[in-house]
Amino acid sequence: MDGALHYEYNVEGGDFSRAGYASSQIKKVLKGMNIDPGVIKRAVVACYEAEVNVVAHAYSGAVYFDVESNLIRIVFKDEGPGIEDIELAMTEGFSTASTAVREMGFGAGMGLSNMKRNADRLNIKSEVERGTTVEIIINI
Amino acid sequence: MKVSDISNALELQIFSGSKGLDGEVRGGYVSDLLSDVMGNADAGHIWITLQTHKNVMAVASLKDLAAIILVSGHKPDENTAAQSEEEGIPILGTKLGAFDISGKLYELIGKK
Repeated sequence: MDGALHYEYNVEGGDFSRAGYASSQIKKVLKGMNIDPGVIKRAVVACYEAEVNVVAHAYSGAVYFDVESNLIRIVFKDEGPGIEDIELAMTEGFSTASTAVREMGFGAGMGLSNMKRNADRLNIKSEVERGTTVEIIINI
Repeated sequence: MKVSDISNALELQIFSGSKGLDGEVRGGYVSDLLSDVMGNADAGHIWITLQTHKNVMAVASLKDLAAIILVSGHKPDENTAAQSEEEGIPILGTKLGAFDISGKLYELIGKK
């Protein structure tokens, strides 16, 4: 394994044409390293879901992506409405997405459970009317 | 079986991404929910859907899907087709609905 890596990307709230851009950059970086494909797959699923959540719900955000010797850390930090009840938001099927977002096939309330299923650790901190920070950790 | 074999056998229209027609197909997944596909489809799958917007390509690319089949005569949005070209992931089309085309695809590759 090479030395520690750090990357940052912006995620614009509401801009679905760019949704998935940061995730695809992160996937490219991981594929260029000697990392198990199954680990990459899990990281990509969790990362994409977090990215889409920023696009669907927040005003703006950033991704901080680190590869350390034994783990991948992806942190999404956004400025947005925040999550009132994280436990409720974690419930499969629960969503506050708009009708327009749902018609695109998002907002089915599966995103956070997808993240939980694929991350080894998932930490969510949120402040209503301020924003949300989601930390995804995948063990290598 | 290759994407092109399936395209020929099921008489699919090829909208874009023809450089990916040689890709190997390892199965299929049917859904219009993007998170469902993210969570449950696998690399080399053909994805059957009615969603036509660009995010479909983001999902297909992130999941290394073999191709997309749009059902019921749907056509890809312009920027969706453009990204399909860029990524080399074919977007195919059929006039059939999801049930019928899924059945035919299953006949072809599912019974192994």
